Amino acid sequence: MKIAIIDYKAGNIKSVEAALKRFGCDTILTKDPQIITAADKVVFPGVGHAGAALEALHAADLDTLIPALKQPVLGICLGMQMMCQRSEEGDTPCLGIFDTEVVKFRPEHGEKIPHMGWNQISQLKSPLFEGIPDGSFMYFVHSYMVPVFEHTAAQCGYAQDFSAAIARDNFYGCQFHPEKSGNIGLKILENFIKL
Amino acid sequence: MLAKRIIACLDVKDGQTVKGVSFENLRYAGDPVELGRAYSDQGIDELVYLDITATNEGRKQIYSLVESVAKNLNIPFTIGGGITSVEDAENLLIHGADKISVNSAAVRNPQLVSDLAKKFGRQFVVVAIDAKTIGNQWIVHTHGGKRPTDKELFSWAKEIEDRGAGEILFTSMDHDGHQTGFANEALCRMSEMLSIPVIASGGAGEMEHFKDVFIKGKADAALAASIFHFGKIKIPDLKNYLKGEGINVR
Repeated sequence: MKIAIIDYKAGNIKSVEAALKRFGCDTILTKDPQIITAADKVVFPGVGHAGAALEALHAADLDTLIPALKQPVLGICLGMQMMCQRSEEGDTPCLGIFDTEVVKFRPEHGEKIPHMGWNQISQLKSPLFEGIPDGSFMYFVHSYMVPVFEHTAAQCGYAQDFSAAIARDNFYGCQFHPEKSGNIGLKILENFIKL
Repeated sequence: MLAKRIIACLDVKDGQTVKGVSFENLRYAGDPVELGRAYSDQGIDELVYLDITATNEGRKQIYSLVESVAKNLNIPFTIGGGITSVEDAENLLIHGADKISVNSAAVRNPQLVSDLAKKFGRQFVVVAIDAKTIGNQWIVHTHGGKRPTDKELFSWAKEIEDRGAGEILFTSMDHDGHQTGFANEALCRMSEMLSIPVIASGGAGEMEHFKDVFIKGKADAALAASIFHFGKIKIPDLKNYLKGEGINVR
């Protein structure tokens, strides 16, 4: 299986690359539209600022390519946020695959921002979560979040309830880092590979 | 609910975990990846690898270590020790580090914290602070705690938060090595003052100390080294104990 990991210099991809390889996938880190379009699956990673991410995606014409992809696409962390309509972070227009906005956490009881560490996911509603128990802990690092909406595929609670995962058609997104969430996180990547 | 984190700290010299680690059922306790994996299997939430290599030649080995940890472990890890520039941090990121921690270099050049946060995002930047009380003030020390500075702990912590640090790793030199509990009073004050997570370090000796640091010290995470390495406290036992005490852990 050939998996394209979208290369737009947005953070650490070593772990996700190694995890996919461990499942026997042939991974390639690339921004080449032809290679991405031809891949069996696409991983859209990302850590950092939404504005900088959009700039890098736009420079490589990836902002128009990604929404048109037909194979399963998994956005991770900022990658998932970039699949939405717009982000409050730098008031950045995003790729518009999911018709919802990314907003900043509003601390209600002195919650620390970023939301950093292990938190539980629930109300799991996607083949991504096949065999994953409700209440499993995943590793999160983020200051902005996608509120719960019709395409929420898993929920998590911090200052507000938010989308831990989203899914629609061939597009999937995880706010947490499956590649950093121990063996249970790897199971989610394995489920994605099996889609 | 967000879990309180338990973090193990491993000292690394010339690419090997330094001696003094006794882990059951582990043949190569000197291999930082093997040791990390053993901790990961036991349920540790995060690892900190602290590079104590003195020579520049030896330092280069940290890159292959980082790459190997990133490839073989599936939990977050921080690399600290000897990072003095944005370039150092970038090399570590390229090789797969999730976070880096800076200490003396940040005191010498506070702008470094701002530069790191701007370039890599605040989630990547942990600032470690070593401090001890002198008179009735907490004074920041550098160079492994050997050199006092003119900085007071709480104002320094606030400054680095404002400069963009994502987390603070506070080691109380008054408590470190004594195994009589963490610096809960100072930790609580820091945690309530800041809006970024605080990792407590120094003083863990009993499981109860972890309960105290989360409840009284209001820490977001607690770090220890020798009590874990020598098996005095086992991670699964600690997690079970904390759960029983009503503390949310993974």
